[in-house]
Amino acid sequence: MRRLLGLQELVGPVVLVVGVAVLGAVVSTSNASYFTDALVKVAIVVALYLFIGNSGVLSFGHISFVAVGAWTAGVLSVPASEKPAIMPNLAHVLRDRTTGNLTSLLLAAVVGGICALLVGLPLMRLSGLAAGIATFGVLEITHNLLRYEESVGPGLNTFSSVPETTTLRQAALGALVVIVVAFAYARSRFGRLLRATREDAAAARAVGTSVYRQRLIAFTISGLLAGLAGGLYVHLLPVNTESVYLDLTFITLAMLVVGGATSLWGAVVGALAVSALDSYLAVAENGTSLFGWHFDLPAGTRVIVVGVLMATVLILRPSGLTGGREFRIWPRPS
Amino acid sequence: MTLAILNIDWQTLADAIALGSIYALMAVGIGLVFGVLRLVNFAYGQLVMAGAFALALASEWGWPVWAGIALCFASVLVLSVLIDRLVFRPLRSQSPAVMLVATFAVAFLLQSVALLWFGSLGRIASSLSYLNRPVTISGVDIRKITIVAVAVAALCLVALSALLERTTVGLHMRASSMDFQTARMLGVRANRVIGVAVLLSGALAAVVAVMLTVQTPLVTPDFALRDTIIVLAGVVLGGMNRPIPATLGGFAIGFATGLLGGALPTNQSQYVPAFVFGAVIVVLLVRPGGLFTRRQAVERV
Repeated sequence: MRRLLGLQELVGPVVLVVGVAVLGAVVSTSNASYFTDALVKVAIVVALYLFIGNSGVLSFGHISFVAVGAWTAGVLSVPASEKPAIMPNLAHVLRDRTTGNLTSLLLAAVVGGICALLVGLPLMRLSGLAAGIATFGVLEITHNLLRYEESVGPGLNTFSSVPETTTLRQAALGALVVIVVAFAYARSRFGRLLRATREDAAAARAVGTSVYRQRLIAFTISGLLAGLAGGLYVHLLPVNTESVYLDLTFITLAMLVVGGATSLWGAVVGALAVSALDSYLAVAENGTSLFGWHFDLPAGTRVIVVGVLMATVLILRPSGLTGGREFRIWPRPS
Repeated sequence: MTLAILNIDWQTLADAIALGSIYALMAVGIGLVFGVLRLVNFAYGQLVMAGAFALALASEWGWPVWAGIALCFASVLVLSVLIDRLVFRPLRSQSPAVMLVATFAVAFLLQSVALLWFGSLGRIASSLSYLNRPVTISGVDIRKITIVAVAVAALCLVALSALLERTTVGLHMRASSMDFQTARMLGVRANRVIGVAVLLSGALAAVVAVMLTVQTPLVTPDFALRDTIIVLAGVVLGGMNRPIPATLGGFAIGFATGLLGGALPTNQSQYVPAFVFGAVIVVLLVRPGGLFTRRQAVERV
């Protein structure tokens, strides 16, 4: 019974994601892309939550794993005939191989996970401000390398000709996979130990928990999921180094903070709420009418509104819209 | 006339020193606020950007140079006080990580406000461009701004250290960056010290805005963004807690990026950011207090 009551925490996120997918399927095709994009963002933000939420350590570096995943899936799924045109300096190993959609996504996840493990090995000793700045350094390094290393991708160019296989259904499935993994992790022994280190690192150490090892496990799984999300992203729209850099870092962190960083429910709600607002404003920038009053929002309003929202939530409700609590229908059994 | 090693000419060296001086000022600006608030200000570059836009507008309106500089100072100071009141003060009791995220939000906010007002193409601040012309010193062409930048930076740093060492408010600031709680208990007024730190840091941002617009007159919404990121790395390298190591870190990173950028061929110099941030991570891991601090019981940044 206790176990069953625990499962209800999964119900809210799953219902929300399925609901968005269904809603996206019934609206006009021109707007469906906003829903697909929102679902990919859910995957990224939940990956962020898995590490930041459970460990309480800030990471500005997760978008580098999204980028690495996007690069992996992108390079592997551009048709071999078009590779020389887009990526003339590609390494020979990558030039002749093209994989299917599912394989490319799995490999994206694997490469993201391996990168996170390698980065985490030295970095997980840090916390607080130092972790924030070091992970920011990771983002800078990844961006710099992907931008100029043309043997692994298109460099400064955009990933065109990647098959656009991230449909609404695939994005929803991807988001669900990420959510289930994050849920299972949070309820596992590892997740509980990591949250214990978040609440009181000294007490957790005193009962024999290795803070470093728990953080490293979470960081690796989180990188894995971020890589998968990156794979979904590159199959959704033409990606370049700038689209997986500061802007995406900002918006996904904003989503996590607005929703509530310490819960899965918060991550999903934040991602979808900010996506909804952002998409509405994107449409409104091209002209809209509200209560019979027609207006064009100037370009750039989106980031301002999201920035103000993020700052306001940080000041007025630092634990986010959901208060950092999980979704519950029945109260916790006492 | 070149330096034999590394094939660096004097021009590159002079430019690297100038860039180092400007970065040193930015480092002090970031370090001052960090000292009293434990706040890493990601939005510092946007203060510089605001000042640069003020200069650009002033030169478009045909204002005299001194009026443009006055407008630059006024707008940057007002903006930094506003940010402190509206965002940093309500968040002061939160953890440094939360404040870091908040400054990140403020940075993006200001950048998109600039995008909204001025567009992505930017404006040109041309009123001081005569400083870009070279003077010839014993056969070497050196731009006037190089000399001005070094002189102004030196002057600012001397004035600042005099303020920190010789005045009461300076003493209060040094005490606060050592231990804010104890300083408050001994009668240091928190808001006053933080206010002064914010104002000084804003004034330095305005000075930096003036110098950077001479070097790159085209002012876009992402003006000084890259510089801030590199300076942040430098401040961490040097050691955040104290003004002098932070300044040295800022200078070192500006000098190094300037020198490497000028001396290496493009296919190598493009990787300078990766190298710089790799160094930052290594320093954070092995000497969390920074390179230029004495090894002692320092708080981990």
